Amino acid sequence: MEPFDFLSPSSIDEAVQTLASKGNQARIMAGGTDMLVQMRAGRGTAPFVVDIKDIPELNEVSYDASKGLTLGAAVPCYRIYEDKTLSDAYPGLMDAASLIGGIQIQGRASIGGNICNAAPSGDSIPIVIALGGICNIAGANGTRQLPVEEMCTAPGRNALEEGEFLVSIHFPAPQANSGANYLRFIPRNEMDIAVAGVGSSVQLDASGQNFVSARIALASVAPTPVFAKEAGDSLAGKPVNEDTIQAASELAQSAAKPISDMRGTVRQRTHLIGVLTRRTLNNAIERARGA
Amino acid sequence: MPTVTQVQTTLNGEVVNFLCEPRQSLLECLRDILGMTGTKEGCNDGNCGACTLIMDGRIVNSCLVLGVEAEGKEITTIEGMASPEGLHPLQQSFLENAALQCGICTPGFLLASKGLLDKEPDADEGRIRHWLAGNLCRCTGYDKIVRAVLQVSKAK
Repeated sequence: MEPFDFLSPSSIDEAVQTLASKGNQARIMAGGTDMLVQMRAGRGTAPFVVDIKDIPELNEVSYDASKGLTLGAAVPCYRIYEDKTLSDAYPGLMDAASLIGGIQIQGRASIGGNICNAAPSGDSIPIVIALGGICNIAGANGTRQLPVEEMCTAPGRNALEEGEFLVSIHFPAPQANSGANYLRFIPRNEMDIAVAGVGSSVQLDASGQNFVSARIALASVAPTPVFAKEAGDSLAGKPVNEDTIQAASELAQSAAKPISDMRGTVRQRTHLIGVLTRRTLNNAIERARGA
Repeated sequence: MPTVTQVQTTLNGEVVNFLCEPRQSLLECLRDILGMTGTKEGCNDGNCGACTLIMDGRIVNSCLVLGVEAEGKEITTIEGMASPEGLHPLQQSFLENAALQCGICTPGFLLASKGLLDKEPDADEGRIRHWLAGNLCRCTGYDKIVRAVLQVSKAK
């Protein structure tokens, strides 16, 4: 690996100053599970690595049933799925956190890092979009908020300006009669990159028979994770049945712009988006009714 | 030139100081600086689990941890598994079940299994297989390894 200096600021202000002084010479590190692999391969090397894990806000997990969840950008996956309150409140998030890499990776890798790494296949990004996650970003000009669906701009590229970093992701409080689910297709049981993935969240009315709203997002079928807004919106106010779910899955398929590569073909990926959209919607509905 | 950094960490119960460059992984620091070669390098990119160790109670791939990140941490490697009284029960069980051939993956499997049973002493077969998905073995297949861990688990 190319040599670098290692900096570990202990506050947001200190990190902002550090990043401002180093400009594009600095790279931000959370769990390092993508970054160190890339740097070892000579990609994205930088003279300064700024570890943000010593900043309290980056490790924050604060949940309040009325305010929602603030998830620090460096919080490793295991802290999500080992937290009973969180996995009950956001089961869709737990789905994703518990299938990224193996247990070793989950001990280090964070949802924030997954978003900033901006891989089209990032397993946590679709469900974070489906749950309406908002990025809290800090930089020299203060803080700003950005919906997660606007964070990934191209493979490996995110919307952070030079000197900015992701502090946390805020999730709205789970509504009554709501549920969510993330599923991906891989040709084995564990430890693989999604051929296609879908995250869905739904809110039903009190009868559990009609959609109030829904959000659907897709992985591995475009240069960035895709927010399939029309697919989710098509369900608002509609009854829960095979026809409405089928129609939403077809809209999700048209939002997908996959390529053929070593992991799958356009045809297979398009097919998978249909299947996974229906399955995740049905799982989300089941969770919404059970809640 | 990047600064050489002094790191203090607790390794297998003993406070250890070493000097490393920030770019060196914890795996490199253990093997090349401290001479502790029990932790193995396999893929060096987080896929194979051969370099698994326990850091602050969690299993991690030491190839994906920087040596400088070990500052103030508590680390257990394969060298810390047996005691003067004898092998760790998992090590004994791996022997009895012939759960190794070439042995390169074995320290990683042992540490990963210890990480599981320390937290979940009654892990069942499904849980063990899921937990060990991040460790690869090209010799034995996995049945003997899973059997060895299951023998130590309280799940029956």
